[in-house]
Amino acid sequence: MRWACILFPQLALDGVLRRRSDPDEPLALLAGPPQRRMIRTANAAARALGLRPGQSLAAAQLLGVRFACEEYLESEIQAWQGFLAAWAYRFSSQVSLHYPRALLLEIESSLGLFGPWPRFEARLRAELDALGFRHRIVLAPTPAAARVLANVQDGAAVNEAELADALTRVPVARAGLSAETTTALARMGLRTLQQVFALPRDSLARRFPAELLRHLDCLTGGQPQVLDCYQPADSFEARIELNFEVESTQALLFPLRRLIGDLAAYLGGRDSGVQRFELLLEHRVGQPTQLQIGLLAAEREAGMLLELTRGRLEQLQLEAPVLALCLRARDLPPFVPQHRTLFDERPQQNLSWEQLRERLRARLGDASVQGLSSHAEHRPEQAWRAASAQRPGPLPEAPRPGWLLRTAQPLREQVRILAGPERIESGWWDGADMRRDYYLIETRSGQRGWAFAPLGEAGPLQLQGWFG
Amino acid sequence: MGAVIALDALLDQRRVWKGQASAAARSSQPTGLAHLDAALPLGGWPDAALSEILLPAPGLGELKLLWPTLARLTQAGQRVVLVAPPYIPYAPAWEKAGVDLRWLQIVDAGDNAPWATEQCLRSGSCAAVLCWLPQADDRSLRRLQVAAETGQSLAFSYRPAAQAINPSPAALRLLLDVGQVQVLKCRGGLPPARPVSLASGH
Repeated sequence: MRWACILFPQLALDGVLRRRSDPDEPLALLAGPPQRRMIRTANAAARALGLRPGQSLAAAQLLGVRFACEEYLESEIQAWQGFLAAWAYRFSSQVSLHYPRALLLEIESSLGLFGPWPRFEARLRAELDALGFRHRIVLAPTPAAARVLANVQDGAAVNEAELADALTRVPVARAGLSAETTTALARMGLRTLQQVFALPRDSLARRFPAELLRHLDCLTGGQPQVLDCYQPADSFEARIELNFEVESTQALLFPLRRLIGDLAAYLGGRDSGVQRFELLLEHRVGQPTQLQIGLLAAEREAGMLLELTRGRLEQLQLEAPVLALCLRARDLPPFVPQHRTLFDERPQQNLSWEQLRERLRARLGDASVQGLSSHAEHRPEQAWRAASAQRPGPLPEAPRPGWLLRTAQPLREQVRILAGPERIESGWWDGADMRRDYYLIETRSGQRGWAFAPLGEAGPLQLQGWFG
Repeated sequence: MGAVIALDALLDQRRVWKGQASAAARSSQPTGLAHLDAALPLGGWPDAALSEILLPAPGLGELKLLWPTLARLTQAGQRVVLVAPPYIPYAPAWEKAGVDLRWLQIVDAGDNAPWATEQCLRSGSCAAVLCWLPQADDRSLRRLQVAAETGQSLAFSYRPAAQAINPSPAALRLLLDVGQVQVLKCRGGLPPARPVSLASGH
């Protein structure tokens, strides 16, 4: 087993930065009670201005520099960890969140698909960069060693033979030990793990709590470590709170792109697609505006999902300014990629019918694309359905027009009757009773139509269709 | 030999006037109507191009003109899309004409009909697209022509007969009248002087 540890050194900050449009703006995350606000962490631009973690907000404001503030939320960090675990799940079935702000992946079984490791690592890094998370990646034979080595260096890949050597150089202060043990070891003059490993085990067991020996054994692989493996959630929910009130749908596109990108990453991890999801636009007062996005087939490609959502969003009239965006996806059917033949008969087919249909529906409305089928029924209004049927219906024997008018119109001009009458009398059971004599007619200009005279009523013929 | 090839290339590019319609590229899309196929220089609809059907009023056989083609395409499992038809296509009649309705889709586009038509043509996933664009101008027709070339689809545009006096970028223009059709313009040769009669019957 080989374990990759991905450490996120500034997870809280990245989580906030990725929803801001300008990542280089000075930003500080605040924590603590309202009387004593402290800067918990700050980005590079803010550090350059003299802001330090641990500084009080009052002291920072005395510096006289402009910087943006956001809340440091433990719950948000949890949510990001869950999201990253969902992302990592596509690369390995054993993903663990055992250590805070770090992911552990068992990758040996995944190397056949994604390997070799340098290429795999490059892919992980590229995807994390695209998602906007700073990271360090280390590969080691045991999970504990991977986590400890990630403290020391980025990009290391250690095998069993090199493990002991790599561990000996780790400073005691960064070896993942508890604070008391670290202090005690430092006071004994032990600076690196090499010196700790050199001590006899029985004296270590006597002088220190049991967790020290257990940790050392986990590092070297002498004792297996029990990890809780991550189980992906069954639904996706993500929320972005905006810093200001947004009144146009155009300004919502940037956060929307992030949300959809996250959804696509999550779907990739679960190997599923999405068929129905909803976008909630939250306002200051009142119910959030709901935007339902329903697709006819499961999709998971971020660009396409964004385009479809965008088409529906642009038609929306915002009644009140938007404060937050929330995306929820519950219906996650398995994703079945389309079959394509190697030598496609239509080489320029750059858009499949399914994609085209979704694009049309996104702009024109959900009911805009429909099939057509015939229905075994004598009344012309009922003899067709706006849906594709699997089997064709019975064929009519009498001539029927290709075009049917939506409502019958009285014929005002003189017409010549070519054939008829044909009596259609039906529908007494459902209230739409109909007794008509149908004629095939020709107007003076040569148009052929289908008209009827209601039985027992005087008046002009009613035109119902054209023989197109 | 080189000169012969060069001459062929010149003829293919139609830069040399031969005085007679060249029997070069035959269309792979016959209309299914024997009279019309014989009258058209390509022997069928122009491939991957826009064809215009001008009609003074509905009910003159505008569907009968296309039904053989649509029946052939849908029975071969190729998709046909109607964009913004003016009336309801009456399913039993279309089925009787041989159209496999499983491969027929109707797009209710409203004001977006030119956009929807162009998307369907450009996608390349539709074998034929029929559109009704009474308001279409020269520019939007040119867009459709380009889209039909891009997507290798057949485009049919129904327009009022009054548009016959205006020039059009369509590769084929037909003016429909009672029982006959007049070819106003066609790619690949001179349009026949006399109107072509359509086989009668419903």
